[in-house]
Amino acid sequence: MADIKAQTSADAALAADTWTLGGKEFSSRFILGSGKFRLDVVKAAVEDAGAQIVTLAVRRANTNQEDSILDSIPEGVTLLPNTSGARTAEEAVRIARLARELGCGDFVKVEVIRDARYLLPDNAETVRATDMLASEGFTVLPYMYPDLNVARDLVSAGAAAVMPLGAPIGSNRGLVTRDFIRILIEEIDLPVIVDAGIGRPSQACEAMEMGAAAVMANTAVATAGNIPLMARAFGDAVRAGRAGFLAGPGRVLDGMGEASSPLTGFLEEEAR
Amino acid sequence: MSAAGEKVVAAAPAQAAEFEAVPVGRRCRRILSMDEEAMNQAIHTDFGLDPMTFLPDMDVLDNGMFDRVLDTVEAYDPDAVTAADVRRVLDADVVEPADFGVLVAPAAAPFLEEMAERARAERVRWFGTNIQFFTPLYLANYCENRCVYCGFNCESGIHRARLNEEQTIAELDAIAATGQEEILLLTGEDPVTSDVDYIARACELAAERFKNVGIEVYPANVADYARLREAGADFVTVFQETYDPSRYAKLHVCGRKRIMPYRFEAQERALKGGMRGVAFAPLLGLSEFRHDALACALHAYYVSRAYPHAEISFSCPRLRPAAGAVTPNGPHVTEAQLLQVICAYRIFMPFAGITVSSRESARFRDHVATITATKVSAGVSTGIGEHTHQAEEGDDQFEIDDSRTLAQMCQAMRNMGLEPVMNDHVLV
Repeated sequence: MADIKAQTSADAALAADTWTLGGKEFSSRFILGSGKFRLDVVKAAVEDAGAQIVTLAVRRANTNQEDSILDSIPEGVTLLPNTSGARTAEEAVRIARLARELGCGDFVKVEVIRDARYLLPDNAETVRATDMLASEGFTVLPYMYPDLNVARDLVSAGAAAVMPLGAPIGSNRGLVTRDFIRILIEEIDLPVIVDAGIGRPSQACEAMEMGAAAVMANTAVATAGNIPLMARAFGDAVRAGRAGFLAGPGRVLDGMGEASSPLTGFLEEEAR
Repeated sequence: MSAAGEKVVAAAPAQAAEFEAVPVGRRCRRILSMDEEAMNQAIHTDFGLDPMTFLPDMDVLDNGMFDRVLDTVEAYDPDAVTAADVRRVLDADVVEPADFGVLVAPAAAPFLEEMAERARAERVRWFGTNIQFFTPLYLANYCENRCVYCGFNCESGIHRARLNEEQTIAELDAIAATGQEEILLLTGEDPVTSDVDYIARACELAAERFKNVGIEVYPANVADYARLREAGADFVTVFQETYDPSRYAKLHVCGRKRIMPYRFEAQERALKGGMRGVAFAPLLGLSEFRHDALACALHAYYVSRAYPHAEISFSCPRLRPAAGAVTPNGPHVTEAQLLQVICAYRIFMPFAGITVSSRESARFRDHVATITATKVSAGVSTGIGEHTHQAEEGDDQFEIDDSRTLAQMCQAMRNMGLEPVMNDHVLV
């Protein structure tokens, strides 16, 4: 009976675990990028990953092509258009407005990048863009280099979440910025969504276990040998990591095992 | 060196005139002033210009890049590269600029399959399976230059034409109706017949019909590029042709193109004028292709370092026969060698765009697209007015091999597992 009770309580904990962005409630914490996919596999990847939010580049959606990426994203999924291609805050604002005109809704992931080689975000311009877009009523999710002061500025500017990079976009190098993301998770009250660089399901799982609100991946899934299977692996890993976080992990010791009271154990001798 | 006082002969011996010049870097100079008549005479006289001397109306950047690239290329000895060198470079995560020459050396040829594998992995990592399409529109084939290998050269007896506004609109509409969303506007290099106003108007007309407008026209000054950017173009392609100064001087007999460093600095001027990105290319086969590939890679690399926001792209043309042109006696570049160069570009600068010309066969282009190219042209015509078969058609610049339509190309790319993308850009 106890096992069934525990099971029921775990199910209930997971079922109750939702999060909110821009007034919308989500149960999935895996966000899928769509930029590097063949259109005919986007739908399967979204479904296999159980993703409820999919990012897409406005520049890619800005087409008259019959088989547009917009048509490949299943209904009911929330679109998160990004401003990739923007080099300044003003350009990001113009791209976000275009996204609205294209019918992509009010969510926008701000990407302001002035570096073609590593695609690292320009934090200062990102703060400016966030400020402008939030004042226009957008739900703004800024992609940023994990810097605590900048994250606080983004909160003040009206961001709905912050999206620190784990490693350079597309690098599949994992949580290279782990320690700094951990600081953001501790200090920032908005959802912290780990974006960029996540290369394997285990890395996504680790980010979630640390307390990230969600994880985003694109290249890691799009470049897998079996895309739907990798999408599922990421979805499962994110759920497992989240469950681990919610469960409250036990202590992890560095190095050897530990006597129960190495320093104060002698006190027990007096009692005897 | 003194800042002034050097005398440069800037006209043919018969009309030799000397003009005061100042040094630019270690190889070049700039004439301080020249009256217009003397300048025009020098421009239109065979061997009338010193190839290393800027004319007074040309912007000069003088940032050392030209010397830096040529110094490296001059010291390059492809035959000294060993298989062990190739192994070392391929085992490293990042290819240093000094190592690019290793990848295009003869010793790297047996590693081509491995290079192709790495090139494909990098391409997938950076671009997924996307393959972009564009088509060129030749606006005019008037040209002031005499490049002995080119069908447009001013001495060739080809039929000349320049589209007027009505014809330009008709051509643009015909191309847009095929589903293309990116267009590359080209002219011959004649800044009188095809002046900046003419090209700017064509850019405006194109921007009304296409989401992405690039230009491949004569090198211009920063202010002219800013003007063209304002008119709706935001990507500039300039082929350097060859980076070998002595060969360059022999092949480019007259016209402003004869001034090699002015052409070399075109991409930087375009970026200073506000362009989003720039493309680089030697015309492989004009000179030693390994040296030219190395120079081009370094040129693109240094520009990307100086302008980190810029989109960088390589074009990969080989010399093709053209009407009214002479094929120089440069070494023939084989498909395998061309592929080696293309893979080396990708491994060295994995984030760069790579365009493969319709000069190449359908078979070659399809395979290179799956390995590493990110952009291909489709529905190509290199003549003037050919998209609408207008009466005043001008002759082609060169012969193309792959004449497939956009629909045929899209199908071919899908068959190869690639995703055709008509546009991946927002002009902001």
